[in-house]
Amino acid sequence: MTRPVEELEKGKWPSYVTEWKKAGYTGLVEIYNKALEDKKTHFKHGGMVGYPGYDAGVIGRLSDMPEILGSSHVFRMLEPAGWFYKTESLRKVVDVWTKYGNGLINFHGATGSLQLVGIETENIEPAFEELAKLHYDFGGSGGDVRTLAACGGPAICEYSNIDTLDLYQALTMRFIEDIHRPRFPYKWKIKIPGCPNDCVAATARSDFAIIGNFRDAIKIDQNILKEYPEEKILKVVNKCPTSCMSYENEKLDIDMGNCTRCMYCINEFSKALRPGDDKGATILIGARARGRIGAFLGWTLIPFIKVEAPYTRLIEIIVGIQDWWDEIGNPKERVGEAIYRIGFGKFLFEVGKELGIDPVPQMITRPRANPFWFYWPGEVE
Amino acid sequence: MVLSLDELDFGPPDYKEFLPPVSKKNYGKWKYHEHIKGGVIKHVAESGDEAYTVRAAIPKYVAAETVNKLCDIAEKYCEGYIKFTSRHNVSFIVPKAKDVDSVIKDVEAMGFPVGGTDHSLKAIIQCVGWTHCHTPATDSPSITKALYEEFYDEFKDNNAFPERIKMAVSGCINMCGATHASDIAIIGMHRKVPTVIDEIVEKFCSVPNLIKSCPKYAIKPKRGNLKTVVIDEEKCMYCGICYSLCEGMPIHNPEYDGVSIWVGGKVSNTRKGPLLARLIIPFMPNEPPHWENVVKVVRKIVDIYKANAEEDERVGEWIERIGWEKFFQITDIPFSDKSIDDWIFSVETYRKGTNFKMV
Repeated sequence: MTRPVEELEKGKWPSYVTEWKKAGYTGLVEIYNKALEDKKTHFKHGGMVGYPGYDAGVIGRLSDMPEILGSSHVFRMLEPAGWFYKTESLRKVVDVWTKYGNGLINFHGATGSLQLVGIETENIEPAFEELAKLHYDFGGSGGDVRTLAACGGPAICEYSNIDTLDLYQALTMRFIEDIHRPRFPYKWKIKIPGCPNDCVAATARSDFAIIGNFRDAIKIDQNILKEYPEEKILKVVNKCPTSCMSYENEKLDIDMGNCTRCMYCINEFSKALRPGDDKGATILIGARARGRIGAFLGWTLIPFIKVEAPYTRLIEIIVGIQDWWDEIGNPKERVGEAIYRIGFGKFLFEVGKELGIDPVPQMITRPRANPFWFYWPGEVE
Repeated sequence: MVLSLDELDFGPPDYKEFLPPVSKKNYGKWKYHEHIKGGVIKHVAESGDEAYTVRAAIPKYVAAETVNKLCDIAEKYCEGYIKFTSRHNVSFIVPKAKDVDSVIKDVEAMGFPVGGTDHSLKAIIQCVGWTHCHTPATDSPSITKALYEEFYDEFKDNNAFPERIKMAVSGCINMCGATHASDIAIIGMHRKVPTVIDEIVEKFCSVPNLIKSCPKYAIKPKRGNLKTVVIDEEKCMYCGICYSLCEGMPIHNPEYDGVSIWVGGKVSNTRKGPLLARLIIPFMPNEPPHWENVVKVVRKIVDIYKANAEEDERVGEWIERIGWEKFFQITDIPFSDKSIDDWIFSVETYRKGTNFKMV
């Protein structure tokens, strides 16, 4: 009888267990086999580990059977923007990890960081020092600014309305101290997709989402559009969610006043349609998975904002909201939950006003249907 | 030598040094892209330059030796540059059309399937589950492997479905696998309240913090011993936040832990916009390592979606169009009270009026 862990080496799909064996990580294979047999995890709370001067970046992992697997901590390395690597550099990272860790790598963690898996406590310091020489830093754990994430953006895609990679680098460096030293009620994630297709899931997974967007007309090349089958053009026109498109006499017309720039037609006719020239971003606030009270998708906070280096206005908004949340947030309460608890309206009155974020109809899908609203002190004189 | 504070906070490597020459040259000046076949995207720049993305799945964990082999391929065909994607894939940006098939051949020779583009099964997002975490109720990596075995061909096929299918697997309701906005999501569920181990709570845990951490106010100080706590079983919703804070509140229970299935989530703004996934099956037992029953039910949902959805309609868009009552009818999934929301955001999910389909 094969053990369950070896069962997972069978099949067409590549096996992570085989990778562990290649890396010679027997302890992990054995503890995992035990978990599969017992139908329960054999990892327990990992304790506090890290690098002097940093309070974040290493995830402590310990098994409950130290005779099989001792400490198996994880380094959360800040990934290069857009997950682009030079092989020369990546090979060196792998060499350091083979020397001090278990040579096992996770491309990438759910938040975007490069995860180096399986190091024992005493090797943390020398391993980090060698990685630092290669200019790889870690961070993002606990109540701090987490590793940011950006799509490939202008490096590979024509849809990108902002320089996602430059913004990633600039914001990471602006918040680098907060990435290394938790001081907030809970985590704060920033994600940067270049267009509303949202390839980095910012809408679902970032407290502060900067989604590249545009506000002028979609650019149409009518001649190239004709190269697509008419049947396909009519399908897209018919399925346009706001019915703002028409196609007559081989000419496509988009009523931009009614378009929501959902990207559907642009995705379908990549050669002929392009985002407009007046580019910027939409800001969503408060998204996250489960949290204390359930999963939220991000709420539209700023329908459109220009995003240009050195990003002063954007940083001012982030810091302003963080300061408010830092003060009123409960333990393990993400910013979206704090806003929900206080009320979006009151949040706009208290924080939005100071930051110049005015209430606009784009923030809601429909207005309230109940009569229970408030006037704030000084509002009714 | 320990690094001084001045030497810290240096941040990630500069991406500018890591961009392939074709990206650097055509930065912000790409014109269009096309899906030419499973796993291959052709990019064309204003300058006339072309580049081809070859996308391949890699296991959740890869060994050093494997990374070096991937680097070999990148050095042979991609001028020494390699990219990874937001869904755990490796991506080769190949500047010469003639090299595309060689890259595919070399990557597949390593056992890594090329695919995950356009209307295929996208790479499955997963958390680490039992392989490296203390909170999961189920094991995401082995479930993911089982799903991939079943949907291998669909991963490689650009026309496998009416629209892309994004699956995600999370070991617990922390949802580190981005499950809440995926077309089909598997989430590990605990179903019993944590066991309070007084000796550990007394020694290592903060009682006030524990009490405040509970979203349902189900944790109270224990009468007669205020250094530990009791749990109100009727209020507890097995979220595990207290266990994250305190080792003395273990929530695992191999006999009762298992998985739940959610469908209809999506992140992109195309057509209907972002949607949260909704609960359709509250519990299935843990069946490692091959998860036959989970795979069977996912296969069934996917096949029915494929047969019934209109072109370019994501799972959530399809269900919202036909109605959830119709979805439960045609999938023959038993409906239970667990799918009816009784949490604080419940009201908007209740039907008002008579506009439903009689079944």
